[in-house]
Amino acid sequence: MVTDHKQIGEALLQVNNVSLSFGAVQALSDVSFEVREHEILAIIGPNGAGKSSMLNVINGFYTANEGSIVYKGISRAKMEPADVARNGVSRTFQNIALFRGMTTLDNIMTGRNTKMHRNFIWQAIYIGPARNEELEHRRKAEEIIDFLEIQAIRKTPVGRLPYGLQKRVELGRALAAEPELLLLDEPMAGMNTEEKEDMCRFILDVNEEFGTTIALIEHDMGVVMDISDRVVVLDYGRKIADGSPDEVRGNQSVIDAYLGVSRE
Amino acid sequence: MDFLYSVTADPVLQIVEDPVFFLQIILEGLMAGVMYSLVALGFCLIYKASGVFNFAQGVMMVLAVMCMVTVYDAGFGILLALLVAMVFMVGLSFAIERVVLRPMVNQPQIILFMATIGLAFFLEGFGEFIFGGSSQKIVPTEALHIGRDALLIPMFGSEIRLQQLDLTAGVCAALLVATLALFFQKTTVGRALRAVADDHQAALSVGIPLRSMWVIVWSVAGLVALVTGIMWGASSSVDFSLVLIAMKAFPVLILGGFTSVPGVIVGGLIIGVGEKVAELYWGDALGGSIEEWFAYVLALVFLMFRPQGLFGEKIIERV
Amino acid sequence: MIYRETGQYKATYGADQQLFPIVQDRYFFFAFMAFLVIYPVFFGSDYLFQVVLYPVLGLGLCALGLNILTGYCGQISLGTGGFMAIGAYSFFKITTIFPDLNILIIFIFAGLISALFGILIGLPSLRIKGFYLAVTTLAAQFFVEWCINRSDWLSNYSPSHTIGAPPRELFGFLVMGPEAPGSAKYLVMLFIVAVMTLFARNLVRGRIGRSWMAIRDMDIAAELIGIRPLFTKLSAFAIGSFYIGVGGAMHVMFNLENVDPEAFEIFSTSFPILFMIMIGGLGSILGAYMGAAFIVLLPVLLRNAFPFLGIDIASHVIQHIEFMLFGGLIVFFLIVEPAGLARLWQILKEKLRQWPFPY
Repeated sequence: MVTDHKQIGEALLQVNNVSLSFGAVQALSDVSFEVREHEILAIIGPNGAGKSSMLNVINGFYTANEGSIVYKGISRAKMEPADVARNGVSRTFQNIALFRGMTTLDNIMTGRNTKMHRNFIWQAIYIGPARNEELEHRRKAEEIIDFLEIQAIRKTPVGRLPYGLQKRVELGRALAAEPELLLLDEPMAGMNTEEKEDMCRFILDVNEEFGTTIALIEHDMGVVMDISDRVVVLDYGRKIADGSPDEVRGNQSVIDAYLGVSRE
Repeated sequence: MDFLYSVTADPVLQIVEDPVFFLQIILEGLMAGVMYSLVALGFCLIYKASGVFNFAQGVMMVLAVMCMVTVYDAGFGILLALLVAMVFMVGLSFAIERVVLRPMVNQPQIILFMATIGLAFFLEGFGEFIFGGSSQKIVPTEALHIGRDALLIPMFGSEIRLQQLDLTAGVCAALLVATLALFFQKTTVGRALRAVADDHQAALSVGIPLRSMWVIVWSVAGLVALVTGIMWGASSSVDFSLVLIAMKAFPVLILGGFTSVPGVIVGGLIIGVGEKVAELYWGDALGGSIEEWFAYVLALVFLMFRPQGLFGEKIIERV
Repeated sequence: MIYRETGQYKATYGADQQLFPIVQDRYFFFAFMAFLVIYPVFFGSDYLFQVVLYPVLGLGLCALGLNILTGYCGQISLGTGGFMAIGAYSFFKITTIFPDLNILIIFIFAGLISALFGILIGLPSLRIKGFYLAVTTLAAQFFVEWCINRSDWLSNYSPSHTIGAPPRELFGFLVMGPEAPGSAKYLVMLFIVAVMTLFARNLVRGRIGRSWMAIRDMDIAAELIGIRPLFTKLSAFAIGSFYIGVGGAMHVMFNLENVDPEAFEIFSTSFPILFMIMIGGLGSILGAYMGAAFIVLLPVLLRNAFPFLGIDIASHVIQHIEFMLFGGLIVFFLIVEPAGLARLWQILKEKLRQWPFPY
């Protein structure tokens, strides 16, 4: 039963005063915001505002110079990316980062790797426990394939797929891990209107059917305003606004950041 | 206990007892290091300018000097021999560009690397086929005016020996490095080459003629190979076992960073000195001939602490 | 016409996941295996065994190990010869210390020692990639060469550090040593190779194989979806080295029978095995054996072809031609078909599916 009013809960992830620099380049300075359970949060901002860096910090791929990340009530300054993923954070990438040599099915199954536990001796023997585990996860992977309507390309190596489908497979791989927090880095970049509509529908469905919390980076303002519950705006590594789409739309500093401001 | 003594206290005692000998070893190490740097320079050049880690550089070195010596031995003058060898290396560059590199534009670096392993095998077979595999050849040092005497420098009441050949190698290396540095930094071609190394397709799209760039840089590397080959050949003899020595260039490159010319020089010197000192003071305790692997292990340990090499740029990974 | 999968429906995921989903493939495979067992046992000559079958099986297993490491996990290694030496010398030491121990168990131990060493060499792989890693594997190669050249203990104080295959029995049959019948050695090799190949096939289609390929294709993305890079790379190093160690031990004990340290040199061993997987197909199990067969048979063909054509050529010239051919073929394959013979085989099968009506 899908209701119109989602139950947006407590903060699932808090970003506290995070700063990040590469040499002399200050990518993020003193950024704080939170992602609440079951919501869709959009992070927007001009190019180079530090959006992708922000996701990378949340992922543990970059370590913040200052500040901390609190995820599910546990604070951390540094964590291995693999451990972050195992704790229920999965993501897609701005430039598609699929495993090109593998088929769609294998890519999605790889997303479930963290949920599989048979050791390599069982796997070498295969018959028995490893096979059962494999089949059980295949079933789950097929559910995602059905959900994303990519049955026909199940056994196609992803390198051969068109761009829009690759994006979809990448979403599938992220979903396969059954994440609590899904980070989407420009899920609609480079798509045509129809593909964007499809992708929007998938994002909303994921959010409503699985209750997954989503944080996404997107440049298409129409999409952002339509689907997100809340918007965080970054500019030059600083947070300049945080609020509902309507609030952000009217915010003067956001308008300045996007349209430029004349300096007397 | 004996073993511990022989690897810890004993070498230190030996150094203190005979510091002049230690200096001599350091000097010899430095000179050997220059030779390694020369080989590594050829690798570095091609990597810097085309993004290809050319495994065949060692074979090219042997081919170049073989060609020169063969022509000289056939009774032609030394100048003609040098000229023929140069033309041969340039011709080889054209062939490599046409047959290997051109069809592989935009392939991943590791594939290009594997292709150069194939190239190395081909060239070795080819070289042995043409120049004869078994016979060893001698570099005509008199004709090239390379001295073979040792200079004796008095020091602390003792003497240090310095080979003229090593000095020549040092001067050659210095000249080559200076020329190459100027070439890369100051000329249009140098800039274009750096662009090519960064991204083949992007370089093509701004109108850099990829093919001629490749031919140029492989030719230059071929000439460096010729100089290196003459130096190495003069210090021993010319045959294909030199290829194995050329592999010592790899740890040098790792130490110095693949793209840095000064790094190659410093890396070569470190490896040269480290190897000599280790062999003389620790070699016996460990079983002798540790030169065979010492350079690689040194580079490996070094890599653990500084993966990008001494002078390499720190890599920021992005997604 | 014959190779049609029409009508073969799969109702369960289990049926879809099996090794040979197409019935004809399954029949062909079993027929081929039966041929491999029966033909050499009844009609095999010493020449066939020593020139073709032993090297293809022994080196093929090494190629498979390298393919796990390089083809599946993307970690290039130039130290294969070193790992083969570790396997061979470990086997030799263990079997001379415990002469009554079952040789199958010794093979496992030889592989495990090689695997341990592989883990050690793989440790830097977390921080370094590509050629840098390739050079560290060279360190392994030269260090092992040095060890077996320097240590008298490893070869039981043989003057030139030579090791030989001692006579050993398996379940009451003499299967090792100069006196053992050729077909007995062959069957033991075939058995070990078949079992290990099946295990490798299972590994690469399951979780671990997918982790390897994920690291190979896009290591950062793999890490961000929860695959631990160090563990994954080390497992590839361990398992790959295990295979290379066992392969090296078999190659020495069944085929060469007497070797000195020179047999494991980089140019005579490490590179040819790398060539096997490059020609056979990176990331393909079948490809490892196809490549091994190719690299083993090409020199045999050359040596026989020239006399056959009536051309008189000195043997060292043939060797030069061999070098040129190998090198040329590597470049050719990288340009024309980087996925190697295995891919050609696949294309052939796809063509055959539609033959003779391609529409």
